[in-house]
Amino acid sequence: MLYYIAKRLTMMIPLLFGITLITFVVINIAPGGPVDVQTQMSTKVSAQARENLKRIYGLDKPLHERYYNWLKRFVKLDFGKSFVDGRKVTEIIFERLPITLIINVLSLILILCVSIPIGVLSAVKQYSKFDKVATVFVFVGYSTPSFWLALILMILFGVHLGWLPISGFQSIDVSGMSFLQRLADWAKHLVLPVGVSSFLGLADLSRYSRSSMLEVIRQDYIRTARAKGLPGSTVAIRHALRNALMPIVTIFGLSVPTLIGGSVIFETIFAIPGMGKLFYDSTLARDYPTIMGVLVIGAFLTLLGNMLADITYALVDPRIRVRGRET
Amino acid sequence: MRLSTVTFRRFKHNKLAFIGAIVVLVLATMAIAAPLVAPFSPTSIDIKNVLSPPSATHPFGTDDLGRDVLSRMIYGSRISLSVGFVAVGIAITIGIIIGALSGYYGGWTDAVLMRFVDIMLTFPTFFLILAVVAIVGPSIWTIMVVIGITGWMGVARLVRAEFLTLKQRDFVQAAKVSGADTMRIIFRHILPNALSPVFVAATFGVAGAILTESALSFLGLGVQPPNPSWGNILTTGKDYIEVAWWLSLYPGLAILVTVLSYNLVGEGLRDALDPRLWESES
Repeated sequence: MLYYIAKRLTMMIPLLFGITLITFVVINIAPGGPVDVQTQMSTKVSAQARENLKRIYGLDKPLHERYYNWLKRFVKLDFGKSFVDGRKVTEIIFERLPITLIINVLSLILILCVSIPIGVLSAVKQYSKFDKVATVFVFVGYSTPSFWLALILMILFGVHLGWLPISGFQSIDVSGMSFLQRLADWAKHLVLPVGVSSFLGLADLSRYSRSSMLEVIRQDYIRTARAKGLPGSTVAIRHALRNALMPIVTIFGLSVPTLIGGSVIFETIFAIPGMGKLFYDSTLARDYPTIMGVLVIGAFLTLLGNMLADITYALVDPRIRVRGRET
Repeated sequence: MRLSTVTFRRFKHNKLAFIGAIVVLVLATMAIAAPLVAPFSPTSIDIKNVLSPPSATHPFGTDDLGRDVLSRMIYGSRISLSVGFVAVGIAITIGIIIGALSGYYGGWTDAVLMRFVDIMLTFPTFFLILAVVAIVGPSIWTIMVVIGITGWMGVARLVRAEFLTLKQRDFVQAAKVSGADTMRIIFRHILPNALSPVFVAATFGVAGAILTESALSFLGLGVQPPNPSWGNILTTGKDYIEVAWWLSLYPGLAILVTVLSYNLVGEGLRDALDPRLWESES
């Protein structure tokens, strides 16, 4: 098992390298640079001043040299300083990251708890009324723009019913509250963001658990279990589900980039100061160091998610481990 | 019987997919005929009727400048559909080329190209799109290109998988023996046989691209006002969330219905093109 994990970790290194390369190239060859942003407001800026600015940012050097310098600092987790407020990019990101992670982890838990039972039930009772309703739900879930869902829920629960706050992730008067009140306040603020961000994943994973379960149910050992007289629920949960869950683990890992990408949208709508909002603000301000930092960290989180999924897969499925050792 | 006839017959039997196809056609016609269908001009301002709720003259109400929301939505469908189709066109072209080269040549070419696919797949795509759009500057063309170049990986994998099996087949050997050059074998002999999963992916791709465009426009990084787009009408909806629910409801429903229809058609096509499911029918 250790060997397998070590192997997966080494495989991450070239991927990580590729990620930094693509990030750097995309950001730097795209027309319109940081100097343009700072100078385009005024026509009086001379060519000389422009050159000076370029030299300050190190933009006068050739691309490969700049990449090498950036990479050297990146290894030490130094993304430079934000153009906006001069603070260290790493510092800003690590301040925002926990908020995004909490929301995403809560969403993932919600997705797991809801979608797997839905998928299993619709597979066990294929073509039943429940299955049909679930299928409709899945298609609607796939097709719903998450920001629109957020707006509608805000109008319903925030404006008309007044049950839930529609922005921020804590109230303004939070300092005067006891610990329990604070927790409750926090939970109230998180209901809508977590609900909205898990919606797409819910549809996705219910669908996958359904088809994965359907495939397993048709196999011989399930028929054997049924034939020896075990009750249907035992067969479904003890025998089928355990095997059906394996491919779902992989899908779970793959849903990480979608979730992280989605955080831009719902953090902006709900005004939650997380990494998504940070990214949105820094793209508007063309804050290059922050943009590159968040891109790399986001991709790194995805890699981490994929790797965790692979390792879990190997834990639950011994065949993967053994094959991994042979090759 | 020809394959296309079989496919069409099977597709017709799928009620949901058929309804989806009709909606897709109606929407496309409406987008093309927008000036004839729309009751008002999408940009004519009417200060006397600012933010008026749905009524007989304005079925979907008016926005903060008194413009008719229905008319703006009808013109907005032009944007959504053209972004969807052009972006997917770009994605498919890149995906086919990379997948075909990877599957046909195998070896090093394959290893390098597939690692590239892996790397592209680990980016939170929406972050990448946002970054490029913000740097290059938002416009409808930027969006099309950027959605296209961040969305080809699935197609590349599909085409590669098809090529891996197809290149072993006898007709490819025959083409080789008769001296056809490699490009001809790849694009004239193998590719046409590898296209059915690409069609399915393309249909789902249009749905995804429409969603992405609306999200970008909603964030202010897509289609710029005064040009109407379903996404940027929703931005106004957010600004007037406490007073004008119709600005938020209808454009979103339009996106939902459109995307849903494309997804249903895609699902129908997938089932209709899957030979494994053919035997269940007499």
